[in-house]
Amino acid sequence: MVKNAATLGRSGLHDFLLVRFSAVILALYALYLLIFFICHDVTYDVWHQFFSLVSTRAFTLMALVAMLVHAWIGLWQVASDYLKHSYVRLIVLWVVNFVAIFYVAAGIAILWGD
Amino acid sequence: MQVGNIVNNKQRPVNLDLHSIRFSITAIASILHRVSGVISFIALALLLGLLAKSLDSPEGFITVAGWLDSFVVKFCLWVIFAVFGYHLVIGIRHIIMDFGYWEDLPTAALSAKISFVIAALLAVLIGGLLW
Repeated sequence: MVKNAATLGRSGLHDFLLVRFSAVILALYALYLLIFFICHDVTYDVWHQFFSLVSTRAFTLMALVAMLVHAWIGLWQVASDYLKHSYVRLIVLWVVNFVAIFYVAAGIAILWGD
Repeated sequence: MQVGNIVNNKQRPVNLDLHSIRFSITAIASILHRVSGVISFIALALLLGLLAKSLDSPEGFITVAGWLDSFVVKFCLWVIFAVFGYHLVIGIRHIIMDFGYWEDLPTAALSAKISFVIAALLAVLIGGLLW
């Protein structure tokens, strides 16, 4: 019997809630960007100023961290259904999590780097 | 019943006519939700690359804008956003179902169909913003 099917959270329930919580952040961020694109004729100045706002930078970082959590758990759920070979699954998930963390780090570099 | 070395001692009927088996619309919605999630995750590399280039300098922004003038690049971006939009719409449906609504089969099939329509409308809206 499977007693613990958790990946990132400490229990299946914790994973379940983390996926939903991160999904809501990602949905709100998508809405934030959509409204920006609807309301603006995007030039470099408008674009650069938008991504200089503390609200945009904070929200972008939040969304990337939410993506990390969401992908960590979500892609584990997908991989554990289709990749039956343990070592293959382990390697794929290691790469997935590496890439997800890389996205977060790249986001920080893009937003705050020179 | 014995076929070769396989002994089938179950009394269940076995349907081997695969053409008579179809995924239900709810199953299609579900599998596409997974596929769209995987595609969105991979495509994020491209989006972050474009973001980095476009914020780097006015010249970088013009370079990205130049890439976007190409139909192929714009179409790829449209597909990425449309796929993400689908993932979002079905995700919202999923959360509504988590709260115990739309769980019976006819309603779930209907909500899947409505989600497809909303995702399509979202794709049209995204296309309108891109072109």
